[in-house]
Amino acid sequence: MANTTTAGSAPQRVSLSRVLGPAHVWALGVGIVLVGEYTGWNFAADKGGSLAALIICWMIGLLYTSVAMIDSEVTSTVAAAGGQYAQAKHIVGPLMAFNVALYLVFAYTMLEVSNAILIADTIKSYAGEGFGDWHYRGVIATVIVVLATLNYRGVLATLNVNFVITAIAYLAIIVLFFSVQPWSQGAVLKLGEMVTPANALPYGWIGVVAAFHWGVWYYLGIEGTTQAAEEVRSPSRSLPYGTMAGMITLLIGASLTWYICASLLPWQYLGYTYFPLLDAGRMTGSKTLEYMMFTATILAGLASANGCINDAARSWFSLGRDRYLPTWFSAVHPKYRTPYRSIVFLVPIALAFAFIANLGQAITFSILSGVLQYTFMSVNIIMFRNKWPLGTIRRGFTHPFHPIPAVVLFILCVVTFFAIFLGYGAQLTAMVVFYILMSLWFHFYRYQYVRRGEQFTMPWPKPKGY
Amino acid sequence: MWMTVANIGWVVSAALALWMLYDWYKTDTSYSEEMLTSSREGEIEVVQEKHRV
Repeated sequence: MANTTTAGSAPQRVSLSRVLGPAHVWALGVGIVLVGEYTGWNFAADKGGSLAALIICWMIGLLYTSVAMIDSEVTSTVAAAGGQYAQAKHIVGPLMAFNVALYLVFAYTMLEVSNAILIADTIKSYAGEGFGDWHYRGVIATVIVVLATLNYRGVLATLNVNFVITAIAYLAIIVLFFSVQPWSQGAVLKLGEMVTPANALPYGWIGVVAAFHWGVWYYLGIEGTTQAAEEVRSPSRSLPYGTMAGMITLLIGASLTWYICASLLPWQYLGYTYFPLLDAGRMTGSKTLEYMMFTATILAGLASANGCINDAARSWFSLGRDRYLPTWFSAVHPKYRTPYRSIVFLVPIALAFAFIANLGQAITFSILSGVLQYTFMSVNIIMFRNKWPLGTIRRGFTHPFHPIPAVVLFILCVVTFFAIFLGYGAQLTAMVVFYILMSLWFHFYRYQYVRRGEQFTMPWPKPKGY
Repeated sequence: MWMTVANIGWVVSAALALWMLYDWYKTDTSYSEEMLTSSREGEIEVVQEKHRV
């Protein structure tokens, strides 16, 4: 048995493995998100035109920059698996924490499902006649099960793989950008013809508001870096570095993606296609670029699904460890040092959703859970700073301009909820009802099993005012 | 070609799923439940980060 710890006559203990560095944190965050440049963001063009997709790229970029800064500060202090769940537990309370963990599990599982569907759709578009449901589902099963096995075998190999495939998928965007000669408009790119004053905002400013829904997909999942908190060698250093570097990478990638796609594809098609970057590669007329983007689309989907399995399992594991769910889920594999029961438990759930849901539904459920979580974060940081002001506990990173990022984040979340309501009002209502029912179950039934004193583990001073 | 890849994918998925279930069973029967669920949140903090300002 490897790497278990002993303390005198106490029983042997096993915990998650602390082997990760800032590059792994970057690979986890950017790996989860980068697929958003390959599909999803472009549906914003359907809501409001190409210019709306650009405005949203930066507005939602502001939302996620706030998320990354706030997250970096709090998680550099609350370094525990579960990320925002552990933050919510210590700063707000158990009921909020339970809800946040559910948001996390749903956001990442639905994102994993979306990635598997995207990969199957991409392959199907090239496979031609004879590629039936059996083959389509075979691709989905392969993606989910192979990546779950990788996660089962250890976090270091999982995120090493993620680093490589994420870097390749990101480099593909850079290569495509320089291949279309961005310095010479008219040679390949035709932004002036594709985006004109007449069609830039075809539905006016309400179209821009509606586009917030899909704009989230540009960056959805960067907050997933915090799930690695218990497995990084130096949480207070690696998490802020990895998260902020990831956000900078994505802001550049998102802007380049918009520029390439909006310059090659008419807005009506851009808002309709599932593969904007792959289609942009096709539009160049170069088979090399087309196949490069085909490969990169699949790699981006794999990297994202891989990171999502990692994060969903850590959230589920954390719930079990605090007895918010049966403790059975909190088992750590003595050899691989992974939450193996949580990883395997979520596999059939992901497969079931992937076999019955379509891409739009899966993305929307993921977005909804994500935005609920961001709304919590804006409140969370205000409470964190009030209860433990600067100077009372050690912070690995202190985000600037407080409380402006929290206020900006909250306002942008409200706008995004409104945008989701415009397009998917029934799903929004159904999810809110689901979370209310789960909260009632937790409050009136499950909480009796929680060992209340044991769940608050951070060696902090008492909060101000208590 | 993609049809063949998908068919191989089914076989690989089934094999890996069985391996995970087998390893899960082997692990659960080789170690006590107390040890497997002995991980505690905050151990890293207590040992590594003293929160001295």
